[in-house]
Amino acid sequence: MEGFLAAALVASIPLLIATIGEILTEKAGLLNLGVEGLMLLGAVMGFIAGYESGNPWAGLMGAFLAGCCGSLMFAILTISLRANQVVTGLTLTIFGAGFASFVGKDYIGLPVPALIRETFSPLALPVLSDIPLLGPVFFHQDVFIYGSYFLVIIICLYLYRTRFGLNLKAVGESAASADAAGVRISLYRYLHTVGGGGLCGLAGGYMSLVMMSVWVENVVAGRGWIAVALVIFAAWNPFKALGGAFLFGGLSILGFRMQSMGIHVSQYWIDMLPYAATILIIILSSRNNRKENQPPADLSVSYFREDR
Amino acid sequence: MKLIQIKKREDMSRKKELLIRIVAVFLSLIFAGLVIKILGYDPLNVFSSMVNGAIGTEIRFKQTILKAVPLIITSLGILVAFKMKFWNIGGEGQIMMGALGATFVALNLPDLPRLPLLGLMMLAAIAAGGFWAFIPAFFKTRMGVNETIFTLMLNYIAIKFVTYLQYGPWKDPGSQGFPKVAMFSKNGTLPTLFGLHIGWIIALVLVVLVHVFLNHTKKGFEIAVVGESQETARYAGMNIKNIVITAMILSGGLCGLTGMIQAAGIEQTLTSTLSAGYGFTAIITAWLARLNAIGTLVVCLIFAVLLQGAAYIQISMQIPAAAADMIQGIILFFVLGSEFFIQYKVSLAGRLAGLRPTRREAA
Repeated sequence: MEGFLAAALVASIPLLIATIGEILTEKAGLLNLGVEGLMLLGAVMGFIAGYESGNPWAGLMGAFLAGCCGSLMFAILTISLRANQVVTGLTLTIFGAGFASFVGKDYIGLPVPALIRETFSPLALPVLSDIPLLGPVFFHQDVFIYGSYFLVIIICLYLYRTRFGLNLKAVGESAASADAAGVRISLYRYLHTVGGGGLCGLAGGYMSLVMMSVWVENVVAGRGWIAVALVIFAAWNPFKALGGAFLFGGLSILGFRMQSMGIHVSQYWIDMLPYAATILIIILSSRNNRKENQPPADLSVSYFREDR
Repeated sequence: MKLIQIKKREDMSRKKELLIRIVAVFLSLIFAGLVIKILGYDPLNVFSSMVNGAIGTEIRFKQTILKAVPLIITSLGILVAFKMKFWNIGGEGQIMMGALGATFVALNLPDLPRLPLLGLMMLAAIAAGGFWAFIPAFFKTRMGVNETIFTLMLNYIAIKFVTYLQYGPWKDPGSQGFPKVAMFSKNGTLPTLFGLHIGWIIALVLVVLVHVFLNHTKKGFEIAVVGESQETARYAGMNIKNIVITAMILSGGLCGLTGMIQAAGIEQTLTSTLSAGYGFTAIITAWLARLNAIGTLVVCLIFAVLLQGAAYIQISMQIPAAAADMIQGIILFFVLGSEFFIQYKVSLAGRLAGLRPTRREAA
């Protein structure tokens, strides 16, 4: 059981990071459906950067920057040029998938360098890892996972306890009011879209560098879309995203576990589970009409001061 | 003082609009060429090989047409949904389900005469694809469930389900353990005309039908109104739920028909890779055609050249066919960006323009 939960946590990390990235983007009022593409960009560029340099941090940096570049394209098109966000996001996904398999072709089957594997091997935290059940699951993991705990806390503090977080909320809820209050709409939108996209890239980088540790085509396999759904499930709250991601991480590895335990359910049915569960979750979330669980009111509406 | 002035404009001539789009596509090709160059290939060589691979010989040209057919029909399906701002990105899954429906008929009634068998296969495909699109439409209209994620998730489920059938219950016992579905009987395959299966005729007829439907019928008009403004539609007393559901069944039905054509015309059986990304490419082509049925015909032909060209360079130059996806993405990025210059007038407001009113005020 502990082994299963620990593996579920590992599987949940890319979902968590990408979900947080998309939460930042959507809080600023932009619906970026290109998460899948951003994760693929991050996965391939992170892998290449890590493989060529042998340095784990260079790999993660590469993944982050690739996500930033991809979402910068999205930001220019949707914020400055006011293109349709849905179509632009889809385009980003198609582009990212094409780019990743094009660029990654020469790396298929290559393993990540030893130093990277060592850096991201599980590390038991003193004292904490001795807590029964929780210890082995949450505190006997790799450094990236510890980092993502901090990320959740920092993003929560940023969103709910700082002026910038409050301004961001205003930008997403009512850009016109925020503008009148002197908040620089475009600046906020650009920064959060690009930063959020960077996190999506980082999530992809974690998949290729740590989870797979060899380059395989289409490593992301729909997780970007699950992240988009998790944003709704988490009601735009990074802390709730933690729980949602953990649940989905568990679902995505359930198949392997059941097989190793000798339970024979067709692999293809189990493969459907995360996707079916996503549908279930967006249906259930839509019944949740409480005010604090609603999307930002200005989501996917472009703002143009002269239009007021 | 702002240096750049942006104003909405409504008076652009169609000629100028077209010019801006052509410039955008041209720029996107230059940009794609740069990316290809950075990746270590010669862009001119890549592009010319692609064109050569797509229209260089009669056989290759026929291959291009065979790729245009599913793209056109799927694009028509997608545009019906997009017209009412229902983001159906479940084309892949609807194609799969359509193929599955057609295969079910073909495997169970192999001895039926050709015409009724093909007719039944088409109906089954339209029904299955339509059903797959009905599910998200139902939840969207009743509970406001996000259709983008819903339709996308149904893609994965449809593909996994077909894979399950291919490796499980529908595996051909006569294939010596190889996981494939049995081939259709001769009557279950599409006849050919001019060396191509008749899917191309179906596609042409559908372009006209969808064009007439959208522009010259009440239902088509209602779809456009719902897309423009649900408020207006409600004010005019339209039954929005009904319109959305009907249009989505039509959208999924068209995608399902694509599945039947691919199964009966190309594969002559059901495979889990049959949808081949057409459901996604169709999103791009439908948008580039500005959700216009006749426009999709032209755009899809061009994109078929791109797809066939990419398939060709994969063999001749060992460049992955994914290059086509990348180039498609770049083209759409540029065209999306160019829309801005069609809708808005951008002018440099120099110091003079900005200062003049102030002076007048002073005087």
